[in-house]
Amino acid sequence: MKACVAAVLWSTVLFAAGCKKDKTEVKPDPGKGSGSAAAGSAGGGNAPAGAVEVALACGSVSTELENCKIGAAAWEKKTGNKVKVITGPTASDAQLGLAQQQLAAGSTDIDVFNVDIVWPGILGTFFIDLKEHSKGAEKEHFEAIIANNTIDGKLVAMPWFTDAGILYYRKDLLEKYKEKVPTTWQELTDTAKKIQDGERKAGNKDIWGYVFQGKAYEGLTCNALEWIASFGGGTIIDPDGKITIDNPDATAALELAASWIGTIAPQGVLNYEEEEARGIFQGGNAVFMRNWPYAYKSAQDEKSPIKDKVGVAVLPKGAGANARSASALGGWNLAVSKFSKHPKEAADLVLYLTGPEEQKRRATAGGFQPTIVSLYQDKDVLAANPLFASLAESFKSAVPRPTTITKGKYNQASTAFWSAVHAVLSKEAKAKDSLADLKTKLEGLSRGGKW
Amino acid sequence: MTARAAIKKSLFYLLVAAIVLYAVFPFYYAIISSLKSGTELFRPDLFPMSWSFDNYVGVFRDNPFATNIGNSVIVAFATVALSLFVGLTAAYALARMRFRGRSFLLMAVLGVSMFPQVAVLSGMFQLIRALGFYNHLYGLVLSYMIFTLPFTVWVLTTFMRDLPKELEEAAILDGASRWTILTRVFMPLMWPALVTTGLLAFIAAWNEFLFALTFTLTNNVRTVPVGIALMSGASAHELPWGNIMAASVIVTLPLVGLVLIFQRRIVSGLTAGAVKG
Amino acid sequence: MSFLRVLAIPGQALERLAGRVLPASWRRSPWLFLAPMLIVLAVVAAWPLIRTIWLGFTDANLLQMDKAKWVGLDNYTGKGGLLHQKEWWLSVKNTLWFTLLTVSIETVLGMIVALVLHRTFPGRGIVRAAVLIPWAIPTVVSAKMWSWMLNDQFGVINHILLGLGIIDAPKAWTADPALLMPSLVMVDVWKTTPFMSLLILAALQMLPKECYEAAQLDGVHPVKVFFRVTLPLIRPALMVAIIFRALDAIRIFDLIQVLNGTRPQTMSMSIFARQQLIDFQEVGYGSAASTLLFFIVALLTVVYVVAGRVKLGER
Repeated sequence: MKACVAAVLWSTVLFAAGCKKDKTEVKPDPGKGSGSAAAGSAGGGNAPAGAVEVALACGSVSTELENCKIGAAAWEKKTGNKVKVITGPTASDAQLGLAQQQLAAGSTDIDVFNVDIVWPGILGTFFIDLKEHSKGAEKEHFEAIIANNTIDGKLVAMPWFTDAGILYYRKDLLEKYKEKVPTTWQELTDTAKKIQDGERKAGNKDIWGYVFQGKAYEGLTCNALEWIASFGGGTIIDPDGKITIDNPDATAALELAASWIGTIAPQGVLNYEEEEARGIFQGGNAVFMRNWPYAYKSAQDEKSPIKDKVGVAVLPKGAGANARSASALGGWNLAVSKFSKHPKEAADLVLYLTGPEEQKRRATAGGFQPTIVSLYQDKDVLAANPLFASLAESFKSAVPRPTTITKGKYNQASTAFWSAVHAVLSKEAKAKDSLADLKTKLEGLSRGGKW
Repeated sequence: MTARAAIKKSLFYLLVAAIVLYAVFPFYYAIISSLKSGTELFRPDLFPMSWSFDNYVGVFRDNPFATNIGNSVIVAFATVALSLFVGLTAAYALARMRFRGRSFLLMAVLGVSMFPQVAVLSGMFQLIRALGFYNHLYGLVLSYMIFTLPFTVWVLTTFMRDLPKELEEAAILDGASRWTILTRVFMPLMWPALVTTGLLAFIAAWNEFLFALTFTLTNNVRTVPVGIALMSGASAHELPWGNIMAASVIVTLPLVGLVLIFQRRIVSGLTAGAVKG
Repeated sequence: MSFLRVLAIPGQALERLAGRVLPASWRRSPWLFLAPMLIVLAVVAAWPLIRTIWLGFTDANLLQMDKAKWVGLDNYTGKGGLLHQKEWWLSVKNTLWFTLLTVSIETVLGMIVALVLHRTFPGRGIVRAAVLIPWAIPTVVSAKMWSWMLNDQFGVINHILLGLGIIDAPKAWTADPALLMPSLVMVDVWKTTPFMSLLILAALQMLPKECYEAAQLDGVHPVKVFFRVTLPLIRPALMVAIIFRALDAIRIFDLIQVLNGTRPQTMSMSIFARQQLIDFQEVGYGSAASTLLFFIVALLTVVYVVAGRVKLGER
């Protein structure tokens, strides 16, 4: 009796499960009605015969997704093809794992991939060369990003929006202590200490001088690259593949950073990602913060304790002859899978989404930093994003991580780098020794510079 | 009641309270976090300063969460049904029958649980695609067998082994078949074990993330943990903490409800008096 | 004593029952009953596991899977092989230490909780449900939740401890090297004790009441009853719970990944394997690491069997 009940229940459940099967093959749309549920296409109606469906994975961050759908709908209207929008996890490494699974299996489920700035090197072999479809469009974008996306002469991804590290500071506190915005790291260190000590004496025991991303992860690679490049210490590996990290400027940069832990930065900073740092700064408990531009919006939120008290600036430079202000290059790009059944249409979609019209719309409506140089002088864009004027320099001169040279081995190289930096920050190793070890490790990884 | 008994009783209740506090406090904190918004999330308050159900509304409004929950329910129930059926039949053989290779089989089943999930991921991915179950709830249920089965088989075997053999002998004398013995004689006595393994298998399937993420592509097939991982704030770096906490509260409550219902079956004394002299 | 008593079945063969000869179908029926499990495991487990072991003998890289070559034991004993990599051995040490700490603490706490839930008292149902909550929350969420609560600046744990005067300055639970392992162990104990207590509770509930009644009539002290009567009786179930808990602990991934990332001081074997497989795309090397993890676990199980001096088979 009980077995019968169990069997009935079981078959009902499995039957219900069966009804949920989803068909993911890309097939030509006969043109009746608006097919894909997620596309929200504005152009339903009658698409011409032979119209194809392109599957676009454009991330799942809410504003990104919204804007992505709008852009896709506009393209649908223009060309009569259909776009199926596929969402994915927000975490970058989860997205990478999924993309790798798909591409390694030669899957045709996704035509256009959303690609983080450091992936062209890793996944480049799976993408088509967009130069064949772009008709020179890449010349309008930031050179650094295009160079970053060109692997062995192939342009594997078109820049979609960019990102760069910037310095946030508390305008009100700097005014109170009559300090100016620091232009060198040493100035930042001194100012931060002065204000931190002053504020603590005045009763705010929880305040710290500087918060950043010090956890042993890719974000630390960004932060450390900024320090080292700003001292003139190079970019870990130079474009020819030579490992340049072991030099006195880099050592000086890391030694300064290590001195911050416990003095102007809380010890917990060794495990902070972007959100933890933002939480402390936004709560009013930090004088300076290094973060991506996204944090500005919430800092200016209605209920934010630091509303109207925040300023942004380019990151400070180091000391020495080759000192310069350096921000790590971030951002996302679009690429077309080589397994796509409709490469021409997919490439067309990519070029439309990364084109000036769409980038301008995204900049004004969603605050996405464009990758097209001319847009930084566009009146409407600047009206909607006054921040861009002060940040344009950061974006233009952003330092890319050495992914183009290291290609498939980027993650190993980055892991070795951030481990070496983290060891110095946690005072487990001296900067000089750590960098020397790192050099040996990278040379082993690259077989003497030949990546 | 004597004073000593009263002290003992209050100490006991103190212990109960401590256990409950320890288990529930983080969940309580999750609940109050889900009622906060914006910068308040970064302040450690023990009691909510202001109440807002925005996050709960946001969970359903900005995400296909209702679908996710529905999918999780189907997958979890199917997993439990399949695991218990397969586990019970196998346990009967392993616990009550003699045959060659029994110990080896038990160890082999245990061996399946010794591989890390991430290692079998791509092999599973290929398998699921080959069977045509990619982006389909069947694929998930089948893949979950790799971690629910070994555990279910072992636990049920252990419990079944300890049931008195006199029951079986009596049933055989009455002319019962093996199947009848299993379903009519043993199963009713195994309720604590069945409910326990069922609940644990349910929770395992409900909370499983890696396979659910890799074997599904579209939102109408995704389950809750993946749905939560897809929740995003205004930018890639921002974590919509309030929404995520609200989602976790929403998904934990049904599990608590299930336990409340089924825990009544975890009672003692089922075997007492079962053997009639 | 040993968990392998579970492998023994009670009594003598039923075939000699009261002289009756049982039908031949009885001899075949084990395989009939085992068929569902064998079929499911063959379909689901065989291919992925065999493939993993096989890949461990190649130099496969995710970006060039078709160019994979057989390299024999190179991934294990070769120059850059696992057995020579100090990061691997560090992860082994971390994992074993983590397993030892968590499983022992969870067993003891689980036992206490199970004993409490075994007694009848008003509100028992609600307490049982409440106690299961840590296990019920998805790991990806509870790990993130704890990392939030353990934050040194705005975390509620420091807030409470400071308020109660137990510590005088905020502690960096996830950054201070001395506190790394303790905080991981604490979070895992919180999360997994319900698993142990539920299994132990089921075992307790299936014990025949007669044993207790006899002991109570004889006026034996409850603690003695526990160690002399209860414990030996639930030993098989307890051992199964410990084995599976230990297997889960050795393969720990989510918790450490979310709280500490890939920091070498807390890297577990699974995190090491995943880093190789997915971050570094070294499929051959990562599969070898997974297979090695399997062998270490299997080895420990065998050692346990031998040390317990038990015969596999019937008693």
